[in-house]
Amino acid sequence: MNNGEKNRLKDSIFKYIGIFACFIGLFLLAIFIGNILYDGFNRIDWSFLTSLPSRKAEKAGILTAWSGSLWIVIFTFIIAVPIGISAGVYLEEYSRKNKLSTILEINISNLAGVPSIIYGLLGLEIFVRLSKMGSSVLAGSFTLALLVLPIIIVATREALKAVPSTIRAASYGLGATKWQTTWYQVLPAASGGILTGVILAISRAVGETAPLIVVGALAYVPFTPKGPMDEFTVLPIQIFNWISRPQHEFAINAAAAIIILLFITFTMNGIAVYFRNKWQKKINW
Amino acid sequence: MQRIKEKIIEFILGATALITILTTIGIIWVLLSESLEFFKEVSIFDFVTDTEWTPLFANKHFGILPLISGTLLTTIIAISVSLPIGLTIAIYLSEYAPKKLKKIIKPLLEILAAVPTVVYGFFALLVVTPFLQKFIPEMAGFNSLSAGIVMGIMIIPFISSLSEDALSAVPKSLRESSYALGATKLQTSFKVMVPAASSGIIVSVILAFSRAIGETMIVAIAAGQQPRLTFNPLVPVETITAYIVQVSLGDVQHDSLEYRTIFAAGITLFVFTFILNNISFWIRKKFREEYE
Repeated sequence: MNNGEKNRLKDSIFKYIGIFACFIGLFLLAIFIGNILYDGFNRIDWSFLTSLPSRKAEKAGILTAWSGSLWIVIFTFIIAVPIGISAGVYLEEYSRKNKLSTILEINISNLAGVPSIIYGLLGLEIFVRLSKMGSSVLAGSFTLALLVLPIIIVATREALKAVPSTIRAASYGLGATKWQTTWYQVLPAASGGILTGVILAISRAVGETAPLIVVGALAYVPFTPKGPMDEFTVLPIQIFNWISRPQHEFAINAAAAIIILLFITFTMNGIAVYFRNKWQKKINW
Repeated sequence: MQRIKEKIIEFILGATALITILTTIGIIWVLLSESLEFFKEVSIFDFVTDTEWTPLFANKHFGILPLISGTLLTTIIAISVSLPIGLTIAIYLSEYAPKKLKKIIKPLLEILAAVPTVVYGFFALLVVTPFLQKFIPEMAGFNSLSAGIVMGIMIIPFISSLSEDALSAVPKSLRESSYALGATKLQTSFKVMVPAASSGIIVSVILAFSRAIGETMIVAIAAGQQPRLTFNPLVPVETITAYIVQVSLGDVQHDSLEYRTIFAAGITLFVFTFILNNISFWIRKKFREEYE
């Protein structure tokens, strides 16, 4: 074999290594998920979804966990979405290129890199203690809202950037003001991209565990929250709590709860990808 | 009237953008103020040189080194899993794969990063550790190896997608000149493309590193809660993040020294990630226009 042949052989070997690398991670994830389905699928039934937590593994359910997650998601949505979109609109449509806008930009990319547990410490001090909200749904939601804000802002800006400037010019030409142009023309045109970002942000909030543990969400709450000032737990914390117990029955409960959590996450991500594709087709003006 | 309305709207929009600045100020203020209280009682010198971390015991030591070593150990294991795989994926996707395949694989890989971390913790503790114990019987139930490997799988898409962007940004002419000289795809990839895209690849590794340092649930579940200064991947360790979780789950009095330790640990973590993020930002800025 001469040198050229050797090199060509190496080349085709690398091709297979490449394909292998692409799928090894997904392959392992598939094994993991198969394992979880095997462990937990039979544990899921109506009473698992509607029972309160219990010391006895076979009686325990995830009612408080999923209702807590629902409360948290709704309030995080109410807080983060308007602020995130409005900040994105300001940065993309209004702010002039100056020092302040550069600082804002660097700051947002820095915030996106701050570990989520640090947001937990921020929430613990500012919302739980200084604002005297206690370890409530509201304190948890504010904390998660700050955490997902960079995701929504960046997605909004990307979506606005994709709207061609001719649309703005046409609107101005008809005598519309800046805000009328933004509200009636630019935002509707960018809505698909913004929606994608919002769904991804909410999906992230559903799966977050660490910051909520730090703000004091409890592992054991014997009731579902009745209002935003009540204490709460969420699905990932319930899972964490069950994993930490030595008995095998609780690991099965954890697997069952994980199936539900993964179902929610994958569905949301699937919807986000669907909207992104649909919107990307549409914006080829 | 219309003009006043426009001004008010602009003001409100600007105010919401300022919330992001307030968040940063809030983080720094919270971490600094509580840590300053902490360092009134514990000397910084002890904090960075003491080799024991036992703030919850009767015999208290406040050396951050064991937590840092635990954090670095899991992070290094994670990077040694994700760097070779992620970089190979990036090269394959940008140099070899047909466009159609690339379009399918990229969103599939994103799934790895979308799975909640508590789920990965379950895998590490209840699937990977028992599996590895078959081959390494002396491995403890909590260890940094399983946690690190699983974390490595999670951050593959961080490295692959940013590195792929960097490779795709290299001008076509470079690749074509290399082919014209008779080089194979493999030679072109490793001797031309990777060096040309090196700054982007380095950025991707730094960001993955920073992500791994701040990762919490995988290590809190699978790596243990025993701070120790070791680089043995088979024994329980504790990371900075796992310590914060441990204290948060317990019944620690507000305004006590134990309570403030989580802010001292938090500021250490924040400083690490802040430096890494800024280095990556600086590299990106400095090398962006190399070919234009």
